[in-house]
Amino acid sequence: MPSNKSVSDAPITQFINCRILRDNELQREDLWVREGRILDPEKLFFDEQGYADKRVDCEGSIIAPGFIDVQINGGYGIDFSQASEDVSDGVSFVAKKILEHGVTSFCPTLVTSPPEVYHKVLPQVKVHDGGPHGAGVLGFHLEGPFISAEKKGAHPEKYLRTFKSGGLEHLMEVYGSLDDVAIVTLAPELPGSQSVVRELSQRGITVSLGEHRVLLLVSESVSVQPGRFHALSNPSVSAVVQFHHRDPGIVGLLTSDGIPAGRAVYYGMIADGIHTNPAALRIAHRAHPSGLVLVTDAITAMGLPPGRHTLGQQVIEIQGLHAYVAGTKTLSGSIATMDMCVRHFKQASGCSVQEALEAASLHPAQLLGISPKKGKLDYGSDADLVLLDEGLHVKATYISGEEVWRKGQ
Amino acid sequence: MKLIILNDYDQASEWAAKYIRNKILQFSPGPNKYFTLGLPTGSTPLGCYKKLIEYYKNGDLSFQYVKTFNMDEYVGLPRDHPESYHSFMWNNFFKHIDIKAENTHILDGNTADLQAECESFEKKITAAGGIQLFVGGIGPDGHIAFNEPGSSLVSRTRVKTLAKDTIMANARFFDGDLSKVPTMALTVGVGTVMDAKEVMILITGAHKAFALYKAIEEGVNHMWTVSAFQQHPQTIFVCDEDATLELRVKTVKYFKGMMHVHNKLVESPPSEPKKN
Repeated sequence: MPSNKSVSDAPITQFINCRILRDNELQREDLWVREGRILDPEKLFFDEQGYADKRVDCEGSIIAPGFIDVQINGGYGIDFSQASEDVSDGVSFVAKKILEHGVTSFCPTLVTSPPEVYHKVLPQVKVHDGGPHGAGVLGFHLEGPFISAEKKGAHPEKYLRTFKSGGLEHLMEVYGSLDDVAIVTLAPELPGSQSVVRELSQRGITVSLGEHRVLLLVSESVSVQPGRFHALSNPSVSAVVQFHHRDPGIVGLLTSDGIPAGRAVYYGMIADGIHTNPAALRIAHRAHPSGLVLVTDAITAMGLPPGRHTLGQQVIEIQGLHAYVAGTKTLSGSIATMDMCVRHFKQASGCSVQEALEAASLHPAQLLGISPKKGKLDYGSDADLVLLDEGLHVKATYISGEEVWRKGQ
Repeated sequence: MKLIILNDYDQASEWAAKYIRNKILQFSPGPNKYFTLGLPTGSTPLGCYKKLIEYYKNGDLSFQYVKTFNMDEYVGLPRDHPESYHSFMWNNFFKHIDIKAENTHILDGNTADLQAECESFEKKITAAGGIQLFVGGIGPDGHIAFNEPGSSLVSRTRVKTLAKDTIMANARFFDGDLSKVPTMALTVGVGTVMDAKEVMILITGAHKAFALYKAIEEGVNHMWTVSAFQQHPQTIFVCDEDATLELRVKTVKYFKGMMHVHNKLVESPPSEPKKN
C-alpha cells in the first residue's frame, strides 16, 4: 500500500509475525521502524494517516533489542590491548563478526597495560554508530591498571598501579585521553579512589569496581568506602562468591540498602558455563535480577576454530568452549559468544526468556546510561534489533532498522 | 425489529460479526462505492471485533473500501491515553486490519471548538453518503452512545455531560478511580443513528437485561434512548441468553422461534473464485 506521510518521506518498515520484548515481557505486536528508530504506529495512523512501505515477515521470531557487550577483549585472533598501527582495523573486524552473535554495540576492552599501549591504542578508535560495517563502538572499557594486586587474576602484575596524589590527573597521564572511554574498572580499596570515582562519574564515565571475573559495575558515583568491599575468593576458573556472615562482600553490595536512592548497581557475569558456577549465576540472579549484565569477557581466541593458535606471546588450544594454555588444563579466558551466554544464562539460572534477553540488552544500556535510546524497543529507541528463534539462536541482526546480518547468507 | 438470541457472549459476537461481514460482501464495496459502518467501543463489541479481524486474516473480508464512523470520544482525554476511544479502536481493530487511516473517523475531543467538531462530523457522514449499518451497544441505563437518559430522541452530534451511572460504569477502565474518568464526551445523537440505513445493537450480560426490557417491551421514551429504534425500519438486536432475563417468556419464545429464518442472514457467502 502506498504511504501517505506528512511528517517524513522516509520509508517505513513493519515487522510482522513476531514477538517483541517490550515493557519487560514478550508481546505479540508488530514492530514499526522509520529513520533508524522505532516508530509509534498509532501516531502514524491517526496523525499522518501513513502506513508501511515494506513488511518483513519474521515467521514467529522473537525480536529483542540488539545485544550490548560491555566487556570484550578481542576475538578472531585480534587482541584489542595490542599496541599496533591498525587497532582501528582490528576493532572493525571484530565489530563486523560479532553481528553474528546479535551484538549491535560494544565496548572494546583493554586489560592492564603500560601507558604506551593506552597512548597508542586509545586515539585510534572513536565512539561511532554501528551499521552494515559492524556493531557500534560505545567507547573503550579500560580494565586496569588501577586494580589491586591481590585480585589481579590474569592481569600482568608489573603494570598494576595505585593512584598517586592528584587522582584524575594521574589517571590521565596513564591513559592519555578519556574522550572515547565508556567504562573504567578500578579497585575501590586503593587509596585515593574515591575522588577519582567521583570525577570520572562527573565526566559521564561508568565506574566499575574491579574484581576480576565478577565485575561490579556501578552507574554514577556511589560513595565507596575503603574496606567495604572485600575480596572474592581467589578468582579461579569457577568463581565461587564467598559469603561470610560478617563480611558479605560483593553479594552484600548487591542487596545493600546503603545504596542511595536513584542509584543502581549492576554486576557483570560471564555465563559461558565455565567461568561462573551455575550456582553463582542463580544466586546473583535471585539476589538482584535487574542488575545482572551479561558480558562475554571474550579473549583473542574467541571465534577461532578448534585447535592450536599462536596469539601474541601465547599458544592457545581451543577445545569446544574451552580455551587452554596449550599443553595445560589452565584456562586462558572465555571464548563464548554473547548469544551463547544468553542461552546458557537462561538454562543455568532458570530465568525467563525476557530476563535472559534483558540481561544482554536493557541492563548494559542502563549501566552505561544510554537507555532508552539503546537496549529497548520503545517508540523513539534506536532500531538495533536481534531476531531470535525459540531457542534464542540468532536469525538476523539489524542496526538502525537496516539488516546487517542474516543467518545463512 | 429482529431480536437475535444466542446462547452466550461468544456466539452473539460471532453472529454479529458474520452479519456485518455478509452485509459488506453483499454491498460489494469498491473505489467509488464505500461501505459506511458506524462503530461502538466498550467491552461488549470486543468479541465481535476479534471475529471480524479473523475474517480479514482468513482473506474472507477486506476493509479497504470501508469507511468507519465511531459513535463517541471523551472530551479532554489525550488522544494517546490508553483509555481514549482512539486507542481502543487502534488496538482492538484498526491495527489488525487493512483499513486506510483516512477512511476512519473518530470525533476529536481535544479541539478548541467542540461544537464545530460535532457539526463537521455530521457533514462528513453526509458526504460519505450516510451510514449503511450503525453498530452500537446499550448502557445499563439504556443509553445509546453517550445519549444519556433525557437526551432528545432527535438529537444530533454534540457535547454531552456524562451521567453518574455512566461514569461509574467506566471507572473500571480508569483503575476504579472515579476522579480520573472524563466527565464530558462528544457523541453522535439519537437522530444521527436513526438516519442510518440499518441499526444493529449488541447487548450481552445480565446487567443489561433491564435496559433491554425497557428498550423493546416498553414505550419509546427519552429516559431509555435505545427505545427510539422501535421507530427505525431496520433494527436488529443481537443478545445472549443473560440479556433476555427481564423479557417476557412470550417475547423470547417468539424470536427464538424465528432463528432458523434469521440464521440465513449469517450463512457463509458462496465462495467466489479469488481475483488475481
